[in-house]
Amino acid sequence: MTLEIIGISVLWLFLFLYVIVASIDFGAGFFNAYSSFVGKQHILTGVIQRYLSPVWEVTNVFFVFFFVGIIGFFPQTAFYYGTTLLVPASLALILLAIRGSYYAFATYGAKINHRGYIYMYGLSGLLLPAALSPVLAMSEGGFILMDNGQPYLDYWALFTSPLMWSIVVLSLTAVLYISAVFLTWYSAKAGDAKATNLMRKYALIWAGPAIVTATGIIYELRGHNPEHYARILDLWWVFAVSFLLFAGTVYLIWKKRHYGWAFILLMGQFFTAFFAYGASHYPYLLYPYLTIYDSFTNEAMAIALIIAFIAGLFLLLPSLYLLFRLFLFDKDYIEGKSDYHA
Amino acid sequence: MEFQDPAFMSRILTLLTLSFHILYATIGVGVPLMIMIAQWVGIKKKDDHYILLARRWARGFVITVAVGVVTGTAIGLQLSLLWPNFMQLAGNVIALPLFMEVFAFFFEAIFLGIYLYTWDRFEDQRKHFLLLIPVALGAAASSVFITIVNAFMNQPQGFEILNGEMVNVDPLLAMFSPAVPTKVAHVMATAFMTSAFVLASIAALRMLGGSKHIYHKKALFLTMKLGLVFAIATALIGDFSGKYLAEYQPEKLAAAEWHFETEEDASLILFGILDGEEAKYAIEIPYALSILAHGDPFAEVTGLNEFPEDERPPLWIHYLFDTMVTIGMWLAFFSFVYVVAAFRNWSFIQTRWFRWLTVAGGPLALIAIEAGWWFTEVGRQPWILRGYMTVSEGATTSGNVDLMIVLFAGLYVILGIGTAVVLTRMYRQNPVEKELAARENGKGGEEE
Repeated sequence: MTLEIIGISVLWLFLFLYVIVASIDFGAGFFNAYSSFVGKQHILTGVIQRYLSPVWEVTNVFFVFFFVGIIGFFPQTAFYYGTTLLVPASLALILLAIRGSYYAFATYGAKINHRGYIYMYGLSGLLLPAALSPVLAMSEGGFILMDNGQPYLDYWALFTSPLMWSIVVLSLTAVLYISAVFLTWYSAKAGDAKATNLMRKYALIWAGPAIVTATGIIYELRGHNPEHYARILDLWWVFAVSFLLFAGTVYLIWKKRHYGWAFILLMGQFFTAFFAYGASHYPYLLYPYLTIYDSFTNEAMAIALIIAFIAGLFLLLPSLYLLFRLFLFDKDYIEGKSDYHA
Repeated sequence: MEFQDPAFMSRILTLLTLSFHILYATIGVGVPLMIMIAQWVGIKKKDDHYILLARRWARGFVITVAVGVVTGTAIGLQLSLLWPNFMQLAGNVIALPLFMEVFAFFFEAIFLGIYLYTWDRFEDQRKHFLLLIPVALGAAASSVFITIVNAFMNQPQGFEILNGEMVNVDPLLAMFSPAVPTKVAHVMATAFMTSAFVLASIAALRMLGGSKHIYHKKALFLTMKLGLVFAIATALIGDFSGKYLAEYQPEKLAAAEWHFETEEDASLILFGILDGEEAKYAIEIPYALSILAHGDPFAEVTGLNEFPEDERPPLWIHYLFDTMVTIGMWLAFFSFVYVVAAFRNWSFIQTRWFRWLTVAGGPLALIAIEAGWWFTEVGRQPWILRGYMTVSEGATTSGNVDLMIVLFAGLYVILGIGTAVVLTRMYRQNPVEKELAARENGKGGEEE
């Protein structure tokens, strides 16, 4: 295994973790706003306050980890992506700010629960994946072009690209699906039958669109980036495993059984698909300009970063375990029997 | 037109984000220590007031942390969005502390969540107190790592340049540039000092509002003592910073001091206005600049004449320097007077005008923080990486920065107002008297 592969695998793993934890966060906000809109409010408010509020900053760090890490391991990405992503990334930052401030202003202490704020918070959960996911389309090439040695983003090509839009739609359906499955489990654990039923219904509703849009992207890639498409076909069996895991999740949710396992299967489904996609993208970070080899940092820095990463994990894993034990696996806390907020 | 120059606009947006973020970051680094000290004093003295003090500070702290997280994420990403060429070059050498900062922050965020949501969950207060240690450590470590990156920009080392590429990179050497000791110490000490004075301001304001509760008196006395300790530390470190500048960045010190010609027995110039190379209406302290720079009243101090004109920082940083130093000195003096008077029971510290001066301490300290960061950043001009890359070479070529400035300015206004509204509402709805009464009746702190 080369240093380049180690670097990109670590980053890809953290991006995967961000996709999962952020989807739970984004989707929950949307479902909360939606129930408030149709008058079923407060079903989810408790869940959001008890689980999302203590952990949202941790969720945010996964994102920071990814973009700081990618500049560290592959500094040239700053040149290509930094220059071209100014507008979409700034919009994403503003949306993240709306979410962060919602937790700060509305759920801690002062409890400003203005409806407009709830809607903005919910809407930002949908707009964020829509602002972030086009980067995946851009990495396929054809949207970032060079002018006088300086990269620029061809907005027209991007916004008229069916590939870009399918990726956006997939990110939305995936967010809602992942979130609904997790919240079904969490509500069931909390013994909240009403919330469980509601979230189970949402999980089943969004399962279909999620798998259809995912397949649609592979189809779009055939026209847009044949090289990548061919490599995806080579890995068809991994995607097949992913599909089986998906079917397992839906079956369990349908049968109202083992919600915990259903969520674990879902993690497996996304893990296999995400890594198969990543592997088929190899070695490109940006078609056709940037591969993980020519953009890689020097060896001394790479080794230093990997050592720092391993040392960091020793600090992080026990702390994360403690966090989850207190807020995810502590029955009294989840059921809302106790409120220990400062 | 400067407004169409992406480099200029990138500077404006970075200035905007950093100026806003630094207020929250400073409080974010300093306040955990204050909460720790209050909670510790409360446990040791078995005084419920200090425990409640820690708890109420923590409640406000979480709001500022959230905004700090959000703006910190913004500046983290803006580094690559606005300065892609700089990050591409510097990423090869200084990515390590940036990466480590993420871990430090991870650590802090995890334990902050746990700390906040576990009040009264443990029988033993000391167990809960322990959870605060990683929060304070993580916050401090974050600021250390980020300051290391800034030190590297001021005094880069740990690499060689060959054909425009950085080779023979030594990441550890790059992390420990000569600018690190004074910079890190200065950032930490001023964060603690500022947080203490901000908290003192709040206590004084409550007392001016008519609250006679002993709780506020305890809060004020504690924070003023801490403020004094860290103000003295800041002054000492400031002296070392002067010596660092004289040795490694003499142009920054010379520009701050309007010191045009290299000369011995240099005097320190305070305030004044510039007429050509002549400082008018200024206060001149003989030999003071030589002492600040080299610890010797007769030592030679390098002047601006040693540097080509296009490598000199702008001369208005003199005022930033003066603002920072004056406020620092004033706060050290003021807290000294307060602490001595409090020990001797002199009553003038209880007069309204003295309380108002105490209230002013917090905002003044924050102004000094801003002046200090503006001074160090503008004082590095025209460099983004001193001696290797100028800000215009490091900036983006994207033409949309102006629009982003408008967006982010709007965001910061909303976040700033939001913080103020939420904090005042939170404390007004649940004043300490009410909470103490509720606790005596055996109810939890949050009950209304």
